[in-house]
Amino acid sequence: MPNKNKNLNIGELQMKANDIRQDIINMLLEAKSGHSAGPLGLADVFTALYFKVLNHDPENPKWIGRDRLVLSCGHVCPVLYAALAESEYFPIEELMTLRKLGSRLQGHPHNLDLPGIENSSGPLGQGLSQAVGMALAAKLDHMQHRIYCVCSDGEQDEGQIWEALMMAGKRRLNNLTVILDRNNIQIDGFTEDVMPLEPLKEKYESFNWHVIEIDGNNIREVVDACNQAKAIYEKPTLIIAHTIPGKGVGFMEFNYKWHGMTPDKKQAEKALNDLRTMRGAIKSEHE
Amino acid sequence: MQTKSKTKNNTISDPIPSAEYVTPIADALDAQQIPTRDGYGQALLELGETNPDVVVLTGDLADSTRTLDFKNKYPERFFEMGVAEQNMMGVAAGLALAGKIPFVSSYATFSPGRSWDQLRVSVAYSKANVKIIGAHTGVSVGPDGATHQALEDVAIVRCLPNTTVILPADANQAKQATLAAAAVDGPVYIRLTRENTPVFIPAGAEFSIGKAQILKDGTDVAIIASGPVVYNALLAADILEKEGINAMVINNHTIKPLDSDTIIAVAKRCGAVVTLEEHQIMGGCGSAVCELLAQNYPVPVEMLGMHDSFGESGEPEQLIKKYGMDKDAVVEAVKRILKKK
Repeated sequence: MPNKNKNLNIGELQMKANDIRQDIINMLLEAKSGHSAGPLGLADVFTALYFKVLNHDPENPKWIGRDRLVLSCGHVCPVLYAALAESEYFPIEELMTLRKLGSRLQGHPHNLDLPGIENSSGPLGQGLSQAVGMALAAKLDHMQHRIYCVCSDGEQDEGQIWEALMMAGKRRLNNLTVILDRNNIQIDGFTEDVMPLEPLKEKYESFNWHVIEIDGNNIREVVDACNQAKAIYEKPTLIIAHTIPGKGVGFMEFNYKWHGMTPDKKQAEKALNDLRTMRGAIKSEHE
Repeated sequence: MQTKSKTKNNTISDPIPSAEYVTPIADALDAQQIPTRDGYGQALLELGETNPDVVVLTGDLADSTRTLDFKNKYPERFFEMGVAEQNMMGVAAGLALAGKIPFVSSYATFSPGRSWDQLRVSVAYSKANVKIIGAHTGVSVGPDGATHQALEDVAIVRCLPNTTVILPADANQAKQATLAAAAVDGPVYIRLTRENTPVFIPAGAEFSIGKAQILKDGTDVAIIASGPVVYNALLAADILEKEGINAMVINNHTIKPLDSDTIIAVAKRCGAVVTLEEHQIMGGCGSAVCELLAQNYPVPVEMLGMHDSFGESGEPEQLIKKYGMDKDAVVEAVKRILKKK
C-alpha cells in the first residue's frame, strides 16, 4: 500500500531526519568525496516529502499513480539515497556503496540504476525541465498525481531554469511544486556574491508562479507548504525553503567550504556526535 | 582496374553483396523533387492516428519543421516550446519518462546543437524514449549561411551511448524512418534537409534501421553515401559506367548502428571506398566507415564532405558544387582512388 509511513507524528519525523543526517555523514565518510552541506540542509525537506507528503510505494516503485520526486540538483543525492533507503526502497547497508565501482548509488543519480530514482541529474538546470515534461504528461493523461522538483539556489544561474519556468507558467501547471533549497551557498561562495538571485520571490511571481517562503528546516512548515500548493489551482508553486547548509553539524553550518567537501574520520565522529546529542534523550558516548 | 579487383575478390570467402534495390538512372532523373522534412510531416500525421502516445514539440518552428499539420489535427498533443531548445529537450525527456513518445523538432543547429547537454544526460544517459529531429542540415540550407547549416550534428549525436542516428536519402525514406523510429524504444536522431531533393529510392525498397541499401551493383569502387546526396553518387556511377568504371552505390541511411556486415562486404568486393555526406568528414558517415574498415578490412578511402570548414550563403546547388559533394566531385574522387588500389 502506498506510503505506510505517513502516520509518523512530528517528533518521529524529526527523529527520522536525524537518522537521515547520520546516514549522510556515514555515506560521505565512506565515499571520501561528494557534497556535505546541501544534503544535511535538505534532510528535513526530504523527510517531509518521503514520510508525509509523497504518495509512493517502495514495494512498487513504478506504481503509475505515484507522486514524482524529480531531483534537479543531483549533487545533493546522498539525502535522496538516504531517504529512499529509510523508506525501504533498498537496504540501508547499500548506502555505504555510494560512489564505489559497480554501485547503484552513482555519484550523481541515474534513473536506470536504483528503484525510486525518477531522473538522471548532475549538470544543473535539467531536472526542472524534466519535471515540467512529467507534469504535462500527467495533464494529458488526466492523472491526479503531483510532480515535486527539488532545485538548488545556485542552480538558478542556469538559463534553462528560466526557460522551464516560462513554460510551466504558460501551461499553468498546478500539479507541479518546486522546492528551492535557499541555503545561499554555491561552490565559489555565497550566491549573492557569485551571481545575485534576489529578488527571487518576485522573479518567480512575474513568471506566473505562486510563491511560498518557509523555514526549510522546519518539517511542519514543509508539509504545510506542500499542502497549500495543492490548493493553488491556477499556477505552479515555488516553495522557497530557507535552509541552513550543514544543518545539525555545528562546524559545517553556514560554511560554504563544506558545500563540496566531505568529513574525514575525526570530523565524521564529531558530526555524528553532534547529531546524536541533538536527540536529547541519549548522552553521546563520545563526550 | 576491373581485372585487378576481381582477382582480389576471388580470395574472399564472404558472400558477395549485390544490388538489392536497383535504381535505374533514367527513372531517377524523372524523380519528384520533395524535401525530406515533408516525409517527416506525413509520418507524424500517420502516427497521430495510430499511436496515442506520440507527442510533438517544436521551438517556434512548427511550419518549417513540418509539424503544423500535426498541431492542427492533434492540438492537445502538440507543445509549442518557444525559442528555448534546452528546456524543450528536457521537457521531452520528462514526457518520455512518463510514457510518451516525444518528437523534438527544430533546426539541427539549435537542437541537438544548443540542447546537447540535455540530450546527453536527460535523454541518452536516461535512455528516455525521445526522437530528435534535426531539420535544415548541410550546406544545402543555402542563403541563410553558415550559422544555420548544421554540419556537425551527426558527430555530436553518434558519439553518445544509447543513440540511433538516421539520415534519410529522400522524403519517402524520411517517412519510413520516422515510423520506424517511433517503434524503437530509445533515443533516435533523424537528420532532415530543407531543399527539394529527388524522391529516388525505389518504392518497394524495404527500410530497416541499421540495414544499408545497395542501390547499384559494382566491382571497382564502393560509394557509401548518406542523406539526399546519395542521389549524386548514383549520377556519378552512371557517368563512370560510361567510362568503363563499375561503381557500387550504397545508401548508408543509418550511421548508428552501422551496417558493419554490408560495409565490410562491399569493401572486400570493391577494394576501394568513397564516402559522401553533407556533413563534416570528422564524425559523420565517412568517419564511421573508416573506423570500421581500419579495424576490420583496411582499403583506400576517399572522403567527400565538409573538410573542416563552415559553409556560407549561396544557392544550394552552388554550395554542393563548391564544397565537392556533387556528381563531378564523386567522379573525380573515384578516379583518384582507383589509382591507389
